[in-house]
Amino acid sequence: MEALKDLWNFIQKRKAYWLAPIILILLLIGLLLVFGGSSAIAPFIYTLF
Amino acid sequence: MKKILGISAFYHDSAAALTIGDEIIAAAQEERFTREKHTPDFPTNAIKYCLEEAGLEIDELDAIVFYDKPLLKFERLLQTYYSFSPKGLLSFLKAIPVWVKEKMFLKKLIYDGLKEVGSYNKDNVNLLFPEHHLSHAASSFFPSPHEKSAILTIDGVGEWCTASIGIGDGNTIKILKELEFPHSIGLLYTSFTYYLGFTVNSGEYKLMGLAPYGNPKSEETSKFIELIKNNIVDIKDDGSIWLDQSYFKYATGLKMTNNKKWSKLFGFNRREPEAEIEQYHCNLALAIQMVTEEVVLKMAQEAKKITGSDNLCMAGGVALNCVANGKLIQKNIFKNVYIQPAAGDAGGALGAALAANHIYFGEKRKVNSTNDNMKGSYLGPDYSEKEINLMNKKVKAVFNKYDSYSELTNEIANHLDKGSIIGWFQGRMEFGPRALGNRSIIGDARNLEMQKKINLKIKYREGFRPFAPSVLAEDAHDFFEIDQPSPYMLNVSPIAAKRKKQLPDNYFDLSMWERLYTTRSDIQSITHLDFSARIQTVHKETNARYWELINTFKKKTDYGLVINTSFNVRGEPIVCTPYDAYRCFMSTEMDYLVIDNFVYAKTEQLDWENKEKWRVKFKMD
Repeated sequence: MEALKDLWNFIQKRKAYWLAPIILILLLIGLLLVFGGSSAIAPFIYTLF
Repeated sequence: MKKILGISAFYHDSAAALTIGDEIIAAAQEERFTREKHTPDFPTNAIKYCLEEAGLEIDELDAIVFYDKPLLKFERLLQTYYSFSPKGLLSFLKAIPVWVKEKMFLKKLIYDGLKEVGSYNKDNVNLLFPEHHLSHAASSFFPSPHEKSAILTIDGVGEWCTASIGIGDGNTIKILKELEFPHSIGLLYTSFTYYLGFTVNSGEYKLMGLAPYGNPKSEETSKFIELIKNNIVDIKDDGSIWLDQSYFKYATGLKMTNNKKWSKLFGFNRREPEAEIEQYHCNLALAIQMVTEEVVLKMAQEAKKITGSDNLCMAGGVALNCVANGKLIQKNIFKNVYIQPAAGDAGGALGAALAANHIYFGEKRKVNSTNDNMKGSYLGPDYSEKEINLMNKKVKAVFNKYDSYSELTNEIANHLDKGSIIGWFQGRMEFGPRALGNRSIIGDARNLEMQKKINLKIKYREGFRPFAPSVLAEDAHDFFEIDQPSPYMLNVSPIAAKRKKQLPDNYFDLSMWERLYTTRSDIQSITHLDFSARIQTVHKETNARYWELINTFKKKTDYGLVINTSFNVRGEPIVCTPYDAYRCFMSTEMDYLVIDNFVYAKTEQLDWENKEKWRVKFKMD
C-alpha cells in the first residue's frame, strides 16, 4: 500500500495524471506477466531498467 | 553530526557508504564481498562492513539514502515506451515484470535487504531518494577541496538525465542544465563498446585501451569520425547531443545498436566477442574516442561559460574515461579539475549520503583546500595480523614475516628489479574501480616483457590492453607531461619527450601486435601506443607504505615508478580479503605475494605448480 501511496503522490507532484490509467492496467497485466517473466537480459544492453 | 548510510543497488555496481558529518567513514562495492563483478544485488555485505567500521547499528542512523528516484525512472520507462510504440514491445514485456514484481516496491526491497544486515525498527528509518545525477554531483563536489566549483556529471542514464552541469557552493548544489534520455554520450560510447564486441557496461575500458591502436593519420579514421557526426550524433555548441534513434535499439530493444544500419554505415558487421581485432576495429574505436572527447570538452566549456568558476568537479561513468579527462586537463579550461575516484554508480552511494548530510539536513561543510576528503579512496576493509595468520593456517601458506618494513621493501624492490611480479596487498581496500596500491599487482615498468607477461600469464586477459604506472608524486614530471597530481589514476597524459624512442618510418604499416612490441620508451611497459600513460601519482601523505616501496625501488634503479594493475584476473572483482589474494596469487604466475608484513614466495608454497587447484571460474567480461 505504501508503494501505491508513493506512486499517487508522485503522479500528483509531477502532474502526470496520464500515468494513472497506464499504471493501473500495467499492474493488472504485469501481475500476469510476473508468472512467466524473467529479467535475465544482460549483457547486451545497458541496465536501463 | 549526522550518521548517514548511502546505498546504490539494483542496476550495476552496488555499493554502500557511511558518513558521519563531513567524514567518510567507510565505502565499499558489494562485488568485492560476493565475488560477482558489477553485481546489482542489494549490498548486504557492504552495508554490514560500513556499519561495523563505524560501530553503528541501523537504528542509530539518521538517514538511509538510496542513490536515485525509482518512480521518476519508471516514468521515463513508460514515457519512452509510449513515445516509441508499437516498437519496443519485447523490451516492455521484459521490463514491466521487473518493475511490477520488484522495483515499484523499492522501499520494501530496501527494508527487506536491511533485515539481512541486522534487526531494526522500521519506524526509525528515514529513507531518502535524491536524484541520480545529484548523487553523482554530490559525490564529487562535497569531498573536493573546493569551496565553490562548477560540476559536470556524465553517464549512461539516471532517471531522465544523462548529463548535467551544476554549481556547488558551500553545502549547496544547484543543477543548471541537463541533457535527457535517450540522448546520452555514455550510451553512445557503450553502443560502440557493444558493436566492437566488448561487454556492455564493463568493456568500455577495453574500447578506450583499443583506441590508441587506431591510426590517427588514416583516411579511414577520418571517414569514421565524419560518418558518426553526420549520421549518428549531432553535437551542439554547448556540448549537448542529439542521437538519431534509428541507429539504436536501447530505448526499445534488448541490444544497444541497430546492427543492420551500423554495418551499412561503417562497412563491417558487429565484431563477435573474442574474435580477431582488425585495424578497422581500432580505427573505429579511435574515432568514437575522439568524438567523445569533443563532446566532453564542449560540455566543460559550457560549464565554464555558465558558472565562471576556476574549478571543475566531475563524476558519472563517463568521468572514468581518463583519456578524455587528460585532454580536458591539458586544455586548461579550468585551473583545477577534480574527479571522484568512484565516478560510476558505486560512487552514487557516497554522493547520496553526502547530499543528504549537506542538502537535506543542511549541515555545514568543512573544506580542506589542500587535500580532498576521500582519504586516498582507501575506504574499504583492512585485515588484522590475527586474520592473516588464520588464513595462513587455513591454506597452509609458507611465508616470511618481516618486523622491519625497510627490510621488506628492500627485498621486494630487489625482486621487482629482477623481473618478478608481485601481488601487493596492504591496509584498507580502495573504493572505486581502480587499485591504488593496496590491492595491486606490481612490476618493473622498464622491463620490455612485462606488458605481455602480466596480460597473458597473470591476468589472463586480452594481450592488447595497456598498463598504468604508479609514480612518486614528486617524480611525476620527470616521466610525464603532467602539472596536476593524479592520485586516482584518472588522468592520461603523454610521457616526457626525453623518455621517447624514435619510431620506425613504417610504424603505421605494421600490425597492431608489431606496433605494440616496438620499443617506444625506457618505460616501455606503461607506455601506450600513442606515448600516453594513465598515471597514478603516489603521495606520502595518503599511502606512506606504497610510497616507501616505490622510493626504495628508485634508490636501486633511479626509476621512481612501477607498473600498477588491479589485483585480480579477468572477470574477477579486485581481491578483498587475504584469502582472495592468496588464492589469486596461487592461480596465476605471480612470483611473490605481500600481505602487510607477510611475504610469500611462490616456489616455497606447497603444491605451487598446481594452479588449477586454486582457479575459480569467473564470467568473462
